[in-house]
Amino acid sequence: MLEKALKGNSRYWSWVAILVLVIAAGFFAYWRQLNHGLAITGLSRDVPWGFYIAQFTFMVGVAASAVMVVLPYYLHNFKPFARMVILGECLAIAAVIMCMLFIFVDMGQPARVLNVLRYPSPNSLMFWDMMSLAGYLVLNVVISLVVFGSERKDVPPPRWIRPIIILSIPWAVSIHTVTAFLYSGLEARSFWLTAILVPRFLASAFASGPSLLIILALLLRRFTRFDPGSEAIQKLTLIVTYALTVNIFFVAVELFTGLYSDIPEHVHHFQYLFVGLEGKAALAPWMWLSVSLSVVSLILLYLPGVRRNHRVLPVVCGAVIVAVWIEKGLGLVVAGFIPNPMGHVVQYFPTVSESMITIGVYGIGFLILTGLYKIVTTIRDQIDVL
Amino acid sequence: MKRCRRDFLKLTGFSLLGLGVGSPAAGSGESRGEPATGIRWAMVVDTRKCRRTAGCTACIEACHAAHNVPEIAESRHEVKWIWKEKYPAAFCNQVHPYTAESIRNLRVPVLCNHCDRPPCVRVCPTQATFRTQDGIVGMDSHRCIGCRYCLAACPYGSRSFNWLDPRPHIPAIREDYPTRTKGVVEKCNFCQERLAKGKPPACVEASRAAGCGAISFGDLNDPESDVSSLLRTTNSIRRKPNLGTAPSVFYIV
Repeated sequence: MLEKALKGNSRYWSWVAILVLVIAAGFFAYWRQLNHGLAITGLSRDVPWGFYIAQFTFMVGVAASAVMVVLPYYLHNFKPFARMVILGECLAIAAVIMCMLFIFVDMGQPARVLNVLRYPSPNSLMFWDMMSLAGYLVLNVVISLVVFGSERKDVPPPRWIRPIIILSIPWAVSIHTVTAFLYSGLEARSFWLTAILVPRFLASAFASGPSLLIILALLLRRFTRFDPGSEAIQKLTLIVTYALTVNIFFVAVELFTGLYSDIPEHVHHFQYLFVGLEGKAALAPWMWLSVSLSVVSLILLYLPGVRRNHRVLPVVCGAVIVAVWIEKGLGLVVAGFIPNPMGHVVQYFPTVSESMITIGVYGIGFLILTGLYKIVTTIRDQIDVL
Repeated sequence: MKRCRRDFLKLTGFSLLGLGVGSPAAGSGESRGEPATGIRWAMVVDTRKCRRTAGCTACIEACHAAHNVPEIAESRHEVKWIWKEKYPAAFCNQVHPYTAESIRNLRVPVLCNHCDRPPCVRVCPTQATFRTQDGIVGMDSHRCIGCRYCLAACPYGSRSFNWLDPRPHIPAIREDYPTRTKGVVEKCNFCQERLAKGKPPACVEASRAAGCGAISFGDLNDPESDVSSLLRTTNSIRRKPNLGTAPSVFYIV
């Protein structure tokens, strides 16, 4: 199967070449980080997590969102997702690998990362996160290999795979639940200490993940003979619409509790995010951009004409992705640390090296995704010809 | 009461997770460290004495010299075991607009609180940080993977990460205490290495030598100890008591 990724036209290879260049730049920056330590990042004793962990959080959402195609197709036998489901599973595989890499590049002592397995600590959510992500990766690899392999041979998938597929549905929810628990269980950080963090993470994941899937499906439709079908794209768009609605509602609920209760420790973080504290407001423009993009995309998504227009739709989906990326990536992770436990406002600005490493990880993820989609579209072509 | 809770946590931890793997809930840390001696270390900082000697940094210098703590100019990358923080910053919830000016301007020494229920220990994915039976929150820098989850979890900002190789920044490396490497977390260890030799922590000794004697140290379980008698006779406070971490560092204001 893998050899299918090694044959392609010049456009395919130029895209791969771009990704390889981006990855090479990332490796170069990571080499510097290995030698000089995490001092080359913008992180500090006051904001110890930043860009890497923000991307990790965002990508866990993308990975989990595959459940939005898996569930309707396998549980409710929703036929229009027949060709979409493999795209969702491949995206989940690439996304989980990116998550793992983002955690890896964030480690101060990456060579010791297996200590998490050598000294398993069930009291640490990081242990559970590692377990659930690894399990989710295995589940998706096995499911997509077996199901797509059967499809290729034109035989029904073996019966034993069904319980595994069913298991992957709650498992997808679990990876994002555990990721939210990483934050929401810390008494030190009042900003994260909220029960709605898990639902918020899931809602924003089900808005941003399917948005990415729509863009990818439209790209495949344009550049290959693979067509996941208009109905599938329409259904995904509806999922994005509802998930985005719920997410905006959850954020509003959070704002109410935080602001109306008027407890300084809670209010300060929101203040820093949206208007700034002590004259420091590095995140405020980003947050307002996120809010505007969310609201505008929501309004547009409720217009049936926009949902059906395949020129406008990817732009709206892109806006949803950017909005969520800012809100739960950058905003949520960084603002949890500002102000710090002593009430000091120490800001965080990612450095060029940090950004290069981040883009490099995305490069690896997209290279994997490109290879997987190449295999899927090529084999689909062959099946359709037969 | 406390013991009951711990046992309960252990029991539920085991039965719910079904994952014994030889590591009892590290939140209690009872399986690690010295055997039961009945000692329960604690510190009392008498800020009234600190006030008399404003600008004094004897305890900080002694601690940092004893433990090969680097001096890094850039504040983002600073490593600190004990340092001074303004009173309103150290006790965020315990000041009001009418608090005396002298208290507001007071700079109090802050350090790891060696909590009874340490959040850092709870979140550590490798048990690189742990609580010993005598109440010290210890740190195994060789096991630390540098994930900084403990920095996120500590409500007191007491943990430092080595953003860069600390060794070139140590003014004079002492051979009797290990240096650390880049990419690991470190913090105050209540001078475990000195307690083992029957000596008081370096900061305590330095504060005595400086003549202020603001820092007392001793066994909470011993009614005759300095800390016990101070706490019995004077009103004392702890940082962020509402979080339930139960610090072992007490302050007299």
